Amino acid sequence: MDDFIAARSQMALSLGFHIIFSCIGMVMPFFMAVAHYYWLRTNNIVYKNVTKAWSKGVAIFFATGAVSGTVLSFELGLLWPGFMKHAGPIFGMPFSLEGTAFFIEAIALGFFLYGWGRFNKWFHWFTGVIVGVSGLASGILVVAANAWMNSPAGFDFVNGQYINIDPIEAMFNDAWFSQALHMTIAAFVATGFAVAGVHALMILKGKNVLFHTKSFTIAAIFGCVAAILQPLSGDISAKDVAIRQPAKLAAMEAHFETEKSASLIVGGIPDEKNKKVDYAIKLPGFLSFLAHGDFESEVTGLDQIPKKNHPPVAITHYAFQIMVGAGMAMMLIAILYFLALWKKQTWLRSQWLLKLFVAATPLGFIAVEAGWTVTEVGRQPWIIYNIMRTADAVTPMPGIAYSFYLFSAVYVSLAIIVIFMLYRQIKMVGKLYDHS
Amino acid sequence: MLYIVITFLWTSILLYLLLGGADYGAGIIELFTSKRNKEVTRKTLYSAIGPIWEANHMWLIIAIVILFVGFPVIYSTMSVNLHIPLTIMLLGIIARGTAFTFRHYDAVVDDMQNLYNPIFAYSSFITPLFLGIIAGSAVSGHIDPQADTFLSAYIFSWLHWFSVSVGLFTVAICGFLASVYLIGETNEETERLRFAHKAQFFNIAAVICGALVFIAAYVEKIPLIEWVFGNWVGRIAILSATLSLVLMWYQLYQGKIGLLRPLAGFQVTMILLTTTYRHFPKIVILKDGGYLSLLEHGGQEKTMQALGVALLAGSIFILPALFYLIYSFQKKPLGYSDIQNH
Repeated sequence: MDDFIAARSQMALSLGFHIIFSCIGMVMPFFMAVAHYYWLRTNNIVYKNVTKAWSKGVAIFFATGAVSGTVLSFELGLLWPGFMKHAGPIFGMPFSLEGTAFFIEAIALGFFLYGWGRFNKWFHWFTGVIVGVSGLASGILVVAANAWMNSPAGFDFVNGQYINIDPIEAMFNDAWFSQALHMTIAAFVATGFAVAGVHALMILKGKNVLFHTKSFTIAAIFGCVAAILQPLSGDISAKDVAIRQPAKLAAMEAHFETEKSASLIVGGIPDEKNKKVDYAIKLPGFLSFLAHGDFESEVTGLDQIPKKNHPPVAITHYAFQIMVGAGMAMMLIAILYFLALWKKQTWLRSQWLLKLFVAATPLGFIAVEAGWTVTEVGRQPWIIYNIMRTADAVTPMPGIAYSFYLFSAVYVSLAIIVIFMLYRQIKMVGKLYDHS
Repeated sequence: MLYIVITFLWTSILLYLLLGGADYGAGIIELFTSKRNKEVTRKTLYSAIGPIWEANHMWLIIAIVILFVGFPVIYSTMSVNLHIPLTIMLLGIIARGTAFTFRHYDAVVDDMQNLYNPIFAYSSFITPLFLGIIAGSAVSGHIDPQADTFLSAYIFSWLHWFSVSVGLFTVAICGFLASVYLIGETNEETERLRFAHKAQFFNIAAVICGALVFIAAYVEKIPLIEWVFGNWVGRIAILSATLSLVLMWYQLYQGKIGLLRPLAGFQVTMILLTTTYRHFPKIVILKDGGYLSLLEHGGQEKTMQALGVALLAGSIFILPALFYLIYSFQKKPLGYSDIQNH
């Protein structure tokens, strides 16, 4: 394996692994806080059991997320020293704040996990909320740093030198808001649907039904509200990308020719050689509308971008289709669920709705991974958009392929153990948390 | 502002060595504990570090962020030439953190524990070993950015007697810190005695490894003696550390434990002070005699300003919360029932 490809694969693997744990680590505390709140207010023991059971899961996910995050802070230098040498001082601001947020999250988690019966009950509840808030802040800050790579700001690039550095301006770059919004909502959708799906399955199996119904309801409401909001934030992102990174949008849509009232391409197989997409559904004018809010407007195609600056079209296009597809499916389920809550209460007791949720368990995380593929692969060949090429940033050390194999083996084993442990947690619910 | 940032960097390294070190040491002790006593050691260990271990390891993140934001050239040079030991250290961090959590949070206690326990104990040994190797390599003068062979650029930059002895010395210090820390964590007399023996063992190990470091430095022509004893700060620090060690052992034999932890912490602080003072501001010494300096290779003014403010603001939030966390669980340690079911 080529060292450059190996370095990119290792980075993708590490980020792809970490993102799952960080999403769960920043969203689950809010679910717990709700359950915990109901326990303190209603004294219904089921809510306490739910909170405790969830907190075990959070501890497992947080520990794994913390170590995989530590690894990332080193990997930036181990794999991309050429990038970090210049970028570190510019986009480092969110990282230095993130260090604080992460630290507070770890402290608050110590209070929350071990604080049962030790502190004032509302102080204890509050530490759980702090875990969530600081986790969310960490996530937003890290995304702000990533946004800087898409939308470099806060410096002048003169004759290969990075001068007049302003880290605050770099942090509040043009892309940070749309990316942070999209990612934050995505974390709620993904975690909400994953958690709801697992509890739905247990309800269907008829085990600890009351316990799992309460858990399911909290997770499903969070996930469904987020799933309905997400297309709106996606629209903000698309309009933003269309202006800032036309090459990325063109790759997402496999849009080869610049044209007015451009068609939105759904599905299909991009043929980069002949600049066409086979077997796709075309919706005339919709791409123009999506990108610029006007069915007539012109959308830049890949023909306007020099060949050497093209991102890989097929991967970006497929990833985008997968993300949107999964997002739409979850939005539909969300609409059905709210309909059930308000109008059709009988649906809530029926099996088909729960089965839909079970089927949707992995959809949110599939969408998250696909979305990251879109934003990262779609930025290629640049590591700092229009400033530095990824190939120029890679470490000179040979043999990165072996490092990639090693980390792959470690992450695969970790993933297996975590899934195994969750399986055991869920299996033991009746024994450990809910004796009814 | 540059000096504030440097102070934060040094302090995070110190706190990581003290808190993270004691944390690693707990695993090292487990490695050096007979099978018979392992179970009870594990319980004491968990009640001692359970609530705070995540926070202990945050200091490493703070240090690394300061390095890559404030001193990117130093960070990237070390990342390139010390790629291999850094990777091994990272694998150690992954293995240790997850094994520690998994073994406690696995809902079923069965044979899986036989997987988690050795992973935890061995990675607790390997991680500080490589942290020490990395620190030793930085000042050893073996890092050669101009190297043209794989071996000289990526292997001999860290694989030499000096770095390895620094690594072993770090392991011994971690074991020592943890033993002294754990003496105060148990009310059981026999267990307390066992930790006192461990402290003795690691103290002797640290002295032997320390001697090895000096011998290796002499053989590899690293002027360590001059660095440590060639200035008043070093001499005073070493002298006071030695005196405090005598005082500590006297206290321990008297059966008093109140001063043990501050004294052990003081000794390690003095060791870090002597080994960094003479170097300052050089943090990486290269093969050709060149060096990377905290004063010369820092980022631009505005970056340092922002970083300094972020660190100051962060510590206003972090420190009180952290102290309260440690205080709460010192005042009322986790009981057996908490460990079983919290």
